[in-house]
Amino acid sequence: MDIHFTPEELAFRSEVRAFLGQNLPADLAENVRLGRRLAKEDHQRWQKILNQKGWYAVNWPVEHGGTDWSVVQKHIFDEECAAAGAPRLVAFGVNMVAPVIIKFGTQTQKDYYLPRILRSEDWWCQGYSEPGAGSDLASLKTRAERDGDHYLVNGQKTWTTLGQHANRIFCLVRTDPSAKKQEGISFLLIDMDTPGITVRPIITLDGEHEVNEVFFDNVRVPVENLVGEENKGWTCAKYLLTHERTGQAGIGQSKAALAHLKQIASAETVAGQSRIDDPLFRARIAELEMRLMAVEMSTLRILAATRDGGVPGAESSLLKIQGSEIRQAITDLMRKALGPNALPFLEPELESDFHGEPLYQDYSASPASQYFNLRKLSIYGGSNEIQKNIIAKLVLEL
Amino acid sequence: MNFELNEEQQMLADTVERLVRNTYSFEQREVFYQSPRGYSPEFWRQLSELGITSVPIAAEYEGFGGTGVENMLVMKELGRGLCLEPYLHSQIYAAGLVEQLGSAEQRQSILPAVAAGERLLTVADEEAGSHYHPEAIECQAVPCERGWRLSGRKRVVIGGELAHTILVAARMSDGEGVSLFLLDPGAEGVSRTGYPCIDGPRACDLALADVYVEADSLLGPAGKAAPALAYQRGRAVAAQCAEAVGSMEEAFRLTLDYLKTRQQFGSPIGRFQALQHRMAEMRGELELARSMTILAACVADDPDSESRSRRLAAAKFTVARASQLIAEQSVQLHGGIGMTWEYSLAHHAKRLVMLTHQFGDDDFHLGQYSALLEVPRQASQQVA
Repeated sequence: MDIHFTPEELAFRSEVRAFLGQNLPADLAENVRLGRRLAKEDHQRWQKILNQKGWYAVNWPVEHGGTDWSVVQKHIFDEECAAAGAPRLVAFGVNMVAPVIIKFGTQTQKDYYLPRILRSEDWWCQGYSEPGAGSDLASLKTRAERDGDHYLVNGQKTWTTLGQHANRIFCLVRTDPSAKKQEGISFLLIDMDTPGITVRPIITLDGEHEVNEVFFDNVRVPVENLVGEENKGWTCAKYLLTHERTGQAGIGQSKAALAHLKQIASAETVAGQSRIDDPLFRARIAELEMRLMAVEMSTLRILAATRDGGVPGAESSLLKIQGSEIRQAITDLMRKALGPNALPFLEPELESDFHGEPLYQDYSASPASQYFNLRKLSIYGGSNEIQKNIIAKLVLEL
Repeated sequence: MNFELNEEQQMLADTVERLVRNTYSFEQREVFYQSPRGYSPEFWRQLSELGITSVPIAAEYEGFGGTGVENMLVMKELGRGLCLEPYLHSQIYAAGLVEQLGSAEQRQSILPAVAAGERLLTVADEEAGSHYHPEAIECQAVPCERGWRLSGRKRVVIGGELAHTILVAARMSDGEGVSLFLLDPGAEGVSRTGYPCIDGPRACDLALADVYVEADSLLGPAGKAAPALAYQRGRAVAAQCAEAVGSMEEAFRLTLDYLKTRQQFGSPIGRFQALQHRMAEMRGELELARSMTILAACVADDPDSESRSRRLAAAKFTVARASQLIAEQSVQLHGGIGMTWEYSLAHHAKRLVMLTHQFGDDDFHLGQYSALLEVPRQASQQVA
C-alpha cells in the first residue's frame, strides 16, 4: 500500500506541466480562472492545440488517435490542465459520442466521424432529455419511423447544452413505441442542418445562453446514421452515461476553484482584515479543503482499482454526488467571500472578450453567477437523487 | 500508487479478523465488560501468542516492526469487534512515546515486554482543563534529590487501572515545557479511581500527591516532550480512524440487514426511498472515511511536517463526522431496537460517537487544519 505516484507518473506530470506552460494561451487561462463565459472559438482554439500534440482524445484507443495513458495518467493530465486554467473540454463529441461510435459504430461511421471530431470540424450536442423525460430518461417520446432508407424524426429535445454551436446531434429516439420503455429506443446521429430542425435558446438564471430546445419536424435521417442495432440504443445510452459520470467528480476543477477561492478570500478585506484571516471563514475553507482531499483519495482508489481495465461501477455515482456538492460549495464560499461586492450583475464582464476596466475587481463579476450556474451539477448527468437510487439498487441491493 | 495489501498484510488482517470473530461475539463482549478487568485477559493472551501485540513495536525490541498500515489493519478488526483491550493506548500510543523519547536502556527494559503483551502501558496526558491540548496541563514536576516529585490530577486515563507503567505528562516547575515520566502506579502518593467509560473500555482518574519518581524515570529531555506527544498523537489518530472504520462498517452492515428484513406497511422498510437515500449518504461518508484512514495510515510514520499534520487532522475530522453520522442514523433507521443495551448496534453507536472524545473531536481538528491552511502569499504577508 503506497499513496505516492511512481517516478514515471511524476515525470509525466512534469511533461504535462511543461506543455501547458508553453502552449496554453494566457488569455484563455485568465478567462477560465475568472470564470468567464467562453466562446465557441475559445474552445476550438484549445482543442486544436491539444490535438496537434495528440492529447485531445486521450480516452480513445491509440489506433483512432487516442493515447495509451493509464487512468492515473489521465487523472494527472486532468488535474494539471485544470490547475493551469485550461478550458474544460466540451465532452459531447470527444468524450461522449466518440466512445459510443468506437464501441458500437460501423467502420464507415468511425472513419467519417472520428477524424472530424479530432480536427474540431464537428461540434456535437446531446439529444437526450425531453420536456417529459428528465430523470426518467427512458420515457422519451421523440419518434423515429422508418421510411425507406430514412428515419422520419418528430419530437423535441431540451437542455441541449451548447446546441447553438453544434452542427451535429446524437439523439435517443423511440423506434418501437409498442416495446417496453428501454427496449424500443435507438441511438441516431443527426446533421443539424437537416431541414425540419429548429434550435431555440433557453436562458438560464445566470443570464447565460448555454442550453437550448431542439425541435424535430419530419426530419429525414439516413438509416446509416443509426449506431448499433435498432431498438438497442439504451445500451449505447448507458455506456455513454458511465463515461459521462467518470470524471464528474471534477477533482482538478475543484482544486483550481479552491485555489481561486483562497485568492479571492485573501484579496477581499473587511475593516483591513483579509477574509481568509477571519477564523470562521477560514474554517469554512479548511472544511471544504479537507472534504476535497477525502474525495480525491476516493477517486484515486477507484482509479487504482480500474487501472487494469476494470470499469468503475456504482462508485462513480458516489463520486458524482460528492464531487458536484464540493464544486457547488466552493462557489458558495466565493460568493460569500465577496459580501455585497457579489451583487452587481455585469454581463459584459462575464464574457471572454471583455477587455475593459472592471467596475470593481476582475474576480468579482463571476462568483454569484457561477454559483447559480453550477446548480446544474447536481441536476445533470443523472441528478444526485438518481445517483442515490443507483447506489441503493446496485451497491446496497435495497 | 497502490492500494493493495501485500500477502503478509492480508494474512495479518485475516488473522485478527478470525480471532475477533471467534472470541468476541457481542454476548462474550458483554461478559468481558462486566468482568473486574473490563476486558478479556484471555483474548489479550491470544493476541500476544499470535504476535499481534508486537505489531506496532520496532523489530529491535522484539516487535514485528509494523507501519501505520499494519496498525490500521489490526485496529479496524478490533473496532469491528468493539474490543475493550487497551491496544491503541498501550501498544501504539504509549509504546510509540517510549520508542521516540526513551533512552536505549529505557527502550530495552520496557518495549520487549510490551511487545510480548506482558507489560501494559498507558499515557496520562488529559486533565480537566486540557481537552486534547497536552501543552495545557497543570500537573507539576518539582525537582528533588535524585528525581522529581509529581503533583496533580489526571483525568480519564484509558486502561490506567491495569497499566504496569503510566506515562505521566507534567509541567516542569523549574522551567518551560512539558515532560513525560514513567510512573509505577504502585508508588506512594498515587491513587486511582476506576470506572467504565460510556462506550465500554475502562479508565481511571489519577491523583498524584507529591509522588516521588527517580531521575531515570524521565522520558526524553526535560521539558521537551510536546513535539513527541503531538507526533505520537498523530499515530494514535491514524490508528483510531481505523478503529472507527471497523466499527462503522459493522454498524452499516447491521443497518443494511435490518432494512432488508424489517417489515412495515407490508414491505421491507429498505424499499422506502427516504431510507434508501439516507443509506446511500451514509455509504458515501463511509467511503470517504475509508479513504482518509488509508491516507492517515500511509503518512502516520512519515517525518513530522505540516503536510503530515494537515492530512492527519483531515483524516480525523472526516472520520469523526462520518462516525457521528453513521452512529446517529443507524440508531434512527433501526428505530427503538437501536436504542437497546442488548443489541450490539447501540454499542457501536456509542463507541463511534465517543471515540471523537479522544485525541480531538471534529471541531478540534478543524481548528488544527485551519491553523495550518496554506494561503496565497499575499495573505500571509498581511498576517505578518
